Amino acid sequence: MTRGILGYGTHVPYYRLQRSAIGAALGSGGGKGSRAVAGYDEDATSMSVEAARLALKSFDAPTPAAVYFSSVTPPYLDKTNANAIHAALNYPSSVFASDMVGSVRSTSGALNAALNDRRPVLITAADVRTGRPGSSDEAQLGDAAAAVLIGSEADAPIIAEWIGSSFATHEFLDRWRSPGWEYSRVWEERFGESVYQSLITEAVTQVLKDTELSAADMDKVIISGLHSRAVRSGAGAAGMSAVPMAEDLTAKIGNVGSAQSLLSLANTLDSASPNETIMLITLADGCDVTIFRTTDAIANYTPAQKVSAQIAQGNDSLDYAKFLTWRGWLDREPPRRPDPAAPAGPPSERNTEWKFAFMGSRDRSTGTIHLPPQRVSVKGGAVDDMEMVPMADVEATVATFTIDRLAFSPSPPTIAVVIDFDGGGRFTSQLADAAADEVEIGMRVRMTFRRMLTADGVHNYFWKATPVRQGPQPN
Amino acid sequence: MGQRGIKDQVAIVGMGCTRFGEHFDQSIDDMIIEAAHAAYDSAGIRQDDVDAFWFGTLSSGTSGLTISKPLKIDYKPVTRVENMCASGSEAFRNAAYAVASGAFDVVMAIGAEKLKDNGMSGLVGTPVPDDGTKAAITAPASFSLLAPAYGKKYGVDRDQMKEVMARIAWKNHYNGARNPRAQFQKEVSMEKICNAPLIAGDLGIFDCSGVSDGSAAAILCRAEDAHKYTDNPLYVKALAFTSGPGAGPLDPDYDYTTFTEVARCAEDAYEQAGVTDPRTEIAMAEVHDCFTPTELVLMEDLQFSGRGEGWQDVLSGTFDLDGELPVNPDGGLKSFGHPIGASGLRMLFECWLQLRKEAPADRQILSVDKGKTLGMTHNLGGRPGECVSFASIVGTELG
Repeated sequence: MTRGILGYGTHVPYYRLQRSAIGAALGSGGGKGSRAVAGYDEDATSMSVEAARLALKSFDAPTPAAVYFSSVTPPYLDKTNANAIHAALNYPSSVFASDMVGSVRSTSGALNAALNDRRPVLITAADVRTGRPGSSDEAQLGDAAAAVLIGSEADAPIIAEWIGSSFATHEFLDRWRSPGWEYSRVWEERFGESVYQSLITEAVTQVLKDTELSAADMDKVIISGLHSRAVRSGAGAAGMSAVPMAEDLTAKIGNVGSAQSLLSLANTLDSASPNETIMLITLADGCDVTIFRTTDAIANYTPAQKVSAQIAQGNDSLDYAKFLTWRGWLDREPPRRPDPAAPAGPPSERNTEWKFAFMGSRDRSTGTIHLPPQRVSVKGGAVDDMEMVPMADVEATVATFTIDRLAFSPSPPTIAVVIDFDGGGRFTSQLADAAADEVEIGMRVRMTFRRMLTADGVHNYFWKATPVRQGPQPN
Repeated sequence: MGQRGIKDQVAIVGMGCTRFGEHFDQSIDDMIIEAAHAAYDSAGIRQDDVDAFWFGTLSSGTSGLTISKPLKIDYKPVTRVENMCASGSEAFRNAAYAVASGAFDVVMAIGAEKLKDNGMSGLVGTPVPDDGTKAAITAPASFSLLAPAYGKKYGVDRDQMKEVMARIAWKNHYNGARNPRAQFQKEVSMEKICNAPLIAGDLGIFDCSGVSDGSAAAILCRAEDAHKYTDNPLYVKALAFTSGPGAGPLDPDYDYTTFTEVARCAEDAYEQAGVTDPRTEIAMAEVHDCFTPTELVLMEDLQFSGRGEGWQDVLSGTFDLDGELPVNPDGGLKSFGHPIGASGLRMLFECWLQLRKEAPADRQILSVDKGKTLGMTHNLGGRPGECVSFASIVGTELG
């Protein structure tokens, strides 16, 4: 059975930290360019939802049989993170959801499992990359998510056909992190580079043999991995020095860890023509190689938002102190207010469609939309004559707003907006990824899935409004 | 079916009110004892003369025991009521109905709140477990939503709105400076108000009411018995209360320039009292100025100003102490302070003083001398779009 990519989407968070800001604060380090920074209200799960939503918006997507979530920074242990993604996408309970977390190689695992399945499978990969202040990881890594829907021609047109895969697995000490650490440790880099080079040679040789292809058949090579030195020398080890390399996004957004391979693949597909052969090489405790070939269908595939557009819309004015605060490296004095409460289990369970999928209820007799869902209509008072209506993808307009300087927030002040949805429905929401001086009555907003807060170790996932932004942002 | 009201059936014959403020040296018990005994003394009665009690508090206690234990009430009915910031008014309303029903001869309504023991800034809610999807915005933020909406609708620019809000705060501080029971007894300049640190939206610290401790109480009896206790009773002319569908946060037709609950409540109160032109008939009003834009919008909801004209009336001094219709002559929530459960009864206490010409000379309103006999209190709980609203009208004359 022919398998391949049916669709994809990414989420590069709005904020950027200019690497020079690190050097300015610490006196050394940092470097050039910028890294993508997840908002204080984002994590690997919420960013995965955003990436998946864009993927599903890009084409007539089938409901997958499974959702796999890959991350080195899963918000939960012991509890399946993929379930929140599953709930946000409003999938039926018959859709399987599972995590593949802990190492960057989990993304290769999810991709391999999806390609070898017979049914449509959604995979998301996301990391919030942290490093100790002044470290190379802090400056060079970044936060992002990518989502890919894998399936067969029967599910939807395949835009990139799976040609073959190979793997070289090897136990060696390159990069590691004990559970609970907020940063990783790495061995001296020349050692890892030498190991990776032989693994690359082994895996690439194998896949070319299996697929009866040669380097000359490749139109583009993507090399992904956290070992930047091995990535740079990887093309030579693969015998692909003559093949065009995929665009290196690390100067603009950093290396995004678990999401790096799929994000680079998405960026490559954004500008790919039919019949291009793409080799994806991932270096993570081994070497994983996957070959795709674009089909005629890619000409008709329009990404809801290209990776380049997401990168261009970033705001690089984030200051270093705020970045440290968001990631928990700076323990700031909280307001003299009660600690926020965790969402309770039973009410969250009763309201799953509302809380996770942002479904409202529409009164059948008057058409009035209610957010949150109501049993009795606010117009006309009809009782229990409601149908659930998805509102997450409906845009809205700010009716009035305020800047709340008293409310608890990891990044005060909180911006609150009363928004009226196109076609009906009103909600009072927080405004994400916006500055206090840019909000105004009449502003256009869309909904975004966020981690509102964490209390008692419970992550409160829900939706916020965020400005609809057109084109690149001023620096 | 029908709202009949109890005009002229019930009288207030005694009142007590503590000073409001940061009473770190007083417990809720101390304040309840002070307000209750001040009310007994005012009516010339003893606690044993009171047949039943209604007690309003938001969160400073539960059940009738909160007052019966400190007061050592001798096995009488005590009802604890809660209706957010209108809890004190709600205690009064239900106490009045009990008298009107004939069930009791003499009752007390008392409200109290102890807010300053928790060590927090601002008002602290009592959240019930939920799904974590409610907009977690504070009280000043939710009321500040009124300002940009009002400004946009009526073409009042941001600087003008700031001036209007400051003018309200300035007035209430001016009035509070003449009130020995007020939390803040100092005049504050317009300049200082306008330049104060922002709390929410364009609301600065002086646009917000005081978080305070306090208690207030009233003794009620049937109107025909009133003169047994005082020569100058206040008669209850109207008691109105509304709690609605909370449509504002759901319905795009709600534009954040009005409190629908208040407008409906006011209509009801005026009908009960037979008031047809509130601006000219009412001698004074105590209104729920929890934040300055609230008072602005209330001027229109209570029909003191036309729609979109309240801001001009504010600026021209219509509601000043010596204006056409004094509003919050005691300093209001802004300057008197807002110990939640006590506030509704504190408003009635100012009517008690002013209509009976017992207010301090530098605060006594002049409208009473012009033959106006009616005072209004307005008290709300909740936030724009979803609130409960209380309105009362009391007067010195029957009929």
